[in-house]
Amino acid sequence: MNLSVDLCGVRLRTPVLAASGCFGFGREMAGWVDLAALGGVVTKSVSLEPRRGRPTPRMAETPSGMLNAIGLQNPGVEAFCAGDLRFLADAGATVVASLVGRNPEEFGRLAARLDGEPGLALIELNLSCPNVEHRGEVFATDPAAAAEVVRAVKRATGTPVLAKLTADVTDLVAVARAVTDAGADGLTLINTLLGMAVDTRTRRPRLAAVTGGLSGPAIRPVAVRCVWQVAQALPGMPIVGTGGVVSAEDAAELLLVGATAVAVGTGSFINPRAVVEVADGLERYLATHGVGSPAELPALFKAER
Amino acid sequence: MSPVRERCEVLERRRVGAYQALTLVAPRVAEQARPGQFVHLLAGEDRSFPLRRPFSIHRVERPGAALGTVEVVFDVVGAGTLALSRLRPHDVVDVLGPLGRPFTPPAAPTGCLLVGGGYGTAPLFFLATELRVRRCRVDFVIGAASAGRLLDAMEAKRLGHSLTLTTDDGSAGRRGQVTDPLGDLLARTGAGQVYACGPMPMLAAVSRVAAAAGVPCQVAVEEQMACGTGICFSCVVPVGVEGPTGLTRMARSCLEGPVFEGTAIAWAELGHPEPEPSR
Repeated sequence: MNLSVDLCGVRLRTPVLAASGCFGFGREMAGWVDLAALGGVVTKSVSLEPRRGRPTPRMAETPSGMLNAIGLQNPGVEAFCAGDLRFLADAGATVVASLVGRNPEEFGRLAARLDGEPGLALIELNLSCPNVEHRGEVFATDPAAAAEVVRAVKRATGTPVLAKLTADVTDLVAVARAVTDAGADGLTLINTLLGMAVDTRTRRPRLAAVTGGLSGPAIRPVAVRCVWQVAQALPGMPIVGTGGVVSAEDAAELLLVGATAVAVGTGSFINPRAVVEVADGLERYLATHGVGSPAELPALFKAER
Repeated sequence: MSPVRERCEVLERRRVGAYQALTLVAPRVAEQARPGQFVHLLAGEDRSFPLRRPFSIHRVERPGAALGTVEVVFDVVGAGTLALSRLRPHDVVDVLGPLGRPFTPPAAPTGCLLVGGGYGTAPLFFLATELRVRRCRVDFVIGAASAGRLLDAMEAKRLGHSLTLTTDDGSAGRRGQVTDPLGDLLARTGAGQVYACGPMPMLAAVSRVAAAAGVPCQVAVEEQMACGTGICFSCVVPVGVEGPTGLTRMARSCLEGPVFEGTAIAWAELGHPEPEPSR
């Protein structure tokens, strides 16, 4: 079966990508998977300058998920282009570069720097990382701020742009509509949810950063709801669904409610071959249910219980 | 040689003092494993999505004459280790390994001082076995909170030329920290290399004593870890300064460690005094 899908004009081999922040910069996984066989590799977010990230502990296990506060550790865009991006391009991977900046201008400069880099298929804007110094950097909590970033990036690059949004808002559709109107080619839904856990023995937060992003199957129903809500409001807008996908059924769930593709995040921490195995399982799921291609799934969703 | 994922049968689970030892039939891990490396374990078919748990390798039987087994030692501290402590022979554990950078053996035979704290002593037995094959003299210093938490002192006595025990409460060996007898032992044994594994404050202190004596020291760290494969960036350790930016480089202990040179770690960033080289 042909599993390929079209995402914002880019042909993906499968509709299953590796999610940002959960696959390193891709090269770490070259010993575990054939990078070229994946739907795509969304890199860990890259900033203009290197960032060292937060102190440890950076992660805490929670029911059916985990909290993380890595703090966007990355080597900076120059080292990324010279090392990781080149490696991924040479490996034949479909690369989605995740970008993070402190203001629209930084996002614009990052996009301009990456424009025309060999191997780059798409750009994803990390507008929603909860592990930042100021909530003002979580652009996706404000439709106008998010749209401004998208406009700055669209002026700087011809590469298709995904805006990654957070569910930690009152009106997600308003944010999705604002970034769509600003020229985003697609949406990634959702980022981690802002959370916190306390060690009751020491009576201290379990993360050095106090709060962190919740991921894993615990947040999957939130992701499904968000994809469904936005797909209804913005028909035809490509959506990458992500949040707690660990199996083919989880992927199918997001595709049924309107995602064009899905990204496996925390699942890769437990199973380094999760991205591959979810795609393989999805192929079996489609065959079992007599569905010709992943793109047919949204139309087969029965909206009423 | 690269890490593999194996579904492994439990051969044996037994108590070792206050700890649990788990022996897994893992031929592909066992044939590659080096002292200081770790395995990342996931027990059972729990649908609640637990993360893996990392453990340094305590003992290896290479495949061939033997089945090819890997043994780890752990303390029951939470839900994950509790699940592992309930495993029975023939249960299946999902294993990633061997992961991480191993201890580097001395280039030529030399005296080695092996310093372990609590269950952190586990990888030092595998290391001692290999050092003995390389004709190195091995002296052990093992410390713990109390006598029951000293890991496998009899085995250390068998493998080493000497064994020094310390406990916080004085219930076995001398009362105090593993670092207390270290200076004397370095002088007396003329050791050319120190290897240590245990809690971070202990590793900082051992690094300091070794540096003051001018003896190279390798430490195996234990940081909170999710993936074990380098993709989550949880298990980082600050290792000095990177290039022109002046930023501390946060090294992933699953890829660049868990073994580091004691002098490479930026201990001050972790709240511990830095080693000072001998003059």
